[in-house]
Amino acid sequence: MLDLFGNALVSGVLLGGFYAAVTIGVSISFGMLDIVNIAHPAFIILGSYCAYIANAWLGIDPIVAGVVLLPAFYLLGAGIYQIYYLCFERRGEQSLRGLAFFFGLLFITEVVLVLVFGVDYRLVEAWYIGPSLHLGVVELPLRLLVPCVVSLALISLLQLFLSRSFIGRGILAVAQDQLALRLMAADPVRIKRIAFGVSIATASVAGAILIVIQPVEPSLGREYIGRVFAICVLGGLGSFAGTVVAAMALGMVESLTATFYGPSWSPAVAFGFLLIALAVRPAGVFGR
Amino acid sequence: MRSVTFLLVAAACAAIVFAVMRWIGNGYVFFAGYVVLQYIVLATAWNILGGYCGYVNFGTAAFFALGAYTTIVLQKLAPIPLPLAMVVGGLVSGVLGLGMGYLTLRLRGAYFSIATLAMAVVAQTLMVNWSLVGGSAGTFIIRPARAPLLGIAYIQYLCLLMLVLSVLTLALARTIERSRLGYGFAAIRDDELAAEASGVPTLRLKLLATTLSGAVMGMAGAPLPFYVTYLDPASAFSLSYAVNTIAMPLIGGTASWPGPMIGAVLIATLQQVATVTISSAVNLLIVGVVLVGFVVAAPNGILGLLQAAHLGRGNRLRLSAVQR
Amino acid sequence: MSAALLEISGLSKRFGGFVALDGIDLAVRAGERLGLIGPNGSGKSTLVNCVGGTLRYDAGCVRLDGHSLERLPAHRRVRLGLARTFQLPRPFPSLTVGENLRIPIEYASPTGARPHVEALLGMVGLRERAQARPGDLTQVEMRKLELARAMAAQPRLLIADEVMAGLSHGEIDELLALLLRLNDQGVTIMMIEHIMRAVMLFSQRLVVLVAGRKIADGDPAEVVRNPEVERAYLGE
Repeated sequence: MLDLFGNALVSGVLLGGFYAAVTIGVSISFGMLDIVNIAHPAFIILGSYCAYIANAWLGIDPIVAGVVLLPAFYLLGAGIYQIYYLCFERRGEQSLRGLAFFFGLLFITEVVLVLVFGVDYRLVEAWYIGPSLHLGVVELPLRLLVPCVVSLALISLLQLFLSRSFIGRGILAVAQDQLALRLMAADPVRIKRIAFGVSIATASVAGAILIVIQPVEPSLGREYIGRVFAICVLGGLGSFAGTVVAAMALGMVESLTATFYGPSWSPAVAFGFLLIALAVRPAGVFGR
Repeated sequence: MRSVTFLLVAAACAAIVFAVMRWIGNGYVFFAGYVVLQYIVLATAWNILGGYCGYVNFGTAAFFALGAYTTIVLQKLAPIPLPLAMVVGGLVSGVLGLGMGYLTLRLRGAYFSIATLAMAVVAQTLMVNWSLVGGSAGTFIIRPARAPLLGIAYIQYLCLLMLVLSVLTLALARTIERSRLGYGFAAIRDDELAAEASGVPTLRLKLLATTLSGAVMGMAGAPLPFYVTYLDPASAFSLSYAVNTIAMPLIGGTASWPGPMIGAVLIATLQQVATVTISSAVNLLIVGVVLVGFVVAAPNGILGLLQAAHLGRGNRLRLSAVQR
Repeated sequence: MSAALLEISGLSKRFGGFVALDGIDLAVRAGERLGLIGPNGSGKSTLVNCVGGTLRYDAGCVRLDGHSLERLPAHRRVRLGLARTFQLPRPFPSLTVGENLRIPIEYASPTGARPHVEALLGMVGLRERAQARPGDLTQVEMRKLELARAMAAQPRLLIADEVMAGLSHGEIDELLALLLRLNDQGVTIMMIEHIMRAVMLFSQRLVVLVAGRKIADGDPAEVVRNPEVERAYLGE
């Protein structure tokens, strides 16, 4: 019983580490730029399929592929932001249309993937999918451990970028006070475009590690919408540390629920979390 | 035009539509027609909260499916005539709307929308784990051959019920639009803070909107089990309901009651044609593309385009009942 | 001696570590014309928001005609007779000017004696603009609409929050005359302003707020000569 509990907890933490990578992009776009990019999970699935192609056709390690494709996803993000800005932010439109825009993108992405790849599950092969480390009674599947490590590395790098680089600090500034930024002769639109590009770029790596953890099919993104926003809200918008903590908490609760109550209750966990978080503390645990 | 007059005119139109459908006689007309009518109701109901009040509900499926599951539960425990089941379904979903509103309406717009999505998934998970309604495996419903009392084919009966519901829903939307309530909704949509400062009880009105919207969606869902004859949570709670009920008003125009109807007729018909001729995946692709296209290029939907074309005549399709 | 219509006692509000209001005591008599001035950041808008109900205060008490406003949402306060304008006008953009007035008429004013849209528009001089959209209005027209909206609620106390900002000499005189007319009709007015000329012409009593504290309260001519007030505005 104890080892069941222990294993569930450990895999929950590792899974949580992965969830953090999935969420970090939204932490930037929603937490800092106030853009409700509900299509983010679809871009992650897109990243998964890109990693799949690289792996199945070219034999490249999926995570390496994810990293290599970072610039491509960055450009995609920057492009989408440009459209979003021209059509919505500049006009000062109601948030309704912005939400609908991303909702539409979510669907288009998903359906295009269905049309190209079909609805079958796809998976990748790598040397770390399969073996596990054993620490006493606890099993650490490398399938979960490697993505968790990659995720934390990604987030740490992002944190460094935001706090040390000029552009990074510009992003933090635009999150807080656009007018002040403009007065300092930095162009907020350009900064936001870069930030959104970075946000989508994370989807490349997040998607790669997703398909390492589990097989992927196009509609999988929908399951993650709730998780992503639950973690975002719980962890405090824009706080990376909060995101990691909240992600691991969610991972643990989901894992324990699945182990002791059955996996059919798992989807409700994330969303239930979210509802509670919204009811109790919309500012999140670490929020401003 | 007064509300009663509108109701009579709409009822007359509905009667004509039904007569035409029976004259065509092809069973497919009724099967496709049911879906179109269902979406007219869903889109109009969504628009009461979304277009009039400005709160985007992603959880349409929850209210809709709950109506369907109410029928299933009633069938298993205490079968009642379908029109009555629709009323019960409406009540159940209305209560859900009230509850959801109470939990989430204090949240800023984006949070509200995300919360509605969360609630839909929670509702789905509950149904998946409830054995009475068949759990994830779903349940079968037997569609009777003939309608009670009227003797027509059951699918025609379903269409008739949906026609009646459409007429009532459109009349409801129109009445709200032109009433004091409609002005209150518009104020909330435009500037909630200023609305409060102008004396509008925003929370109360928003709760009313979610309850009405949810109740109507529940009524639209109640006949579904008899239409599909097999219902499982995956299809009942399908996210495509959310996409469609958002896309249709946005494409048709959210400002006034004809908008969602126009959008529903257009998109639902397109989807029926696409499903038959191409594939059901392309179906959703079309909706997604058209939605994004309209949101980007024609933010006020088809109604807005029509209005812009008639600008010279000073023809206003908004809440223009002031002078009447 | 008129009774106090609005009584504020010990009102305090913090934002995190920043103290916006620090124990404000203020009484406004029925029918009075009160001016409230203070440098930027002194807490004037916070005060208006707390009294109006759009912001929750941390400590203290606000009473309107003896009724405590604690926990009452903004719309209930409006119905009790307290109306305010917004510093940056917040009209309803999708409605016409006339429809903008319908909202407070329908929702805020007591059912017995509802004002008419035309009467309100006439009072502020916007009659020709009844069908226009807020987006088409000039600055001063928007300010007039704000005032008309507040008046549509038939308030006993009107808080005019910087209605004159950015207006020309003539426009200021126009609004000033309007506010004086309203006061003649029995509306108690609290005017929050930066434009000293308007405040001095309008106020019967002047209150000065600096860094969340009230530092002066009395006859306008005397308050203006108060050395502390001079220091607050001109610096050490």
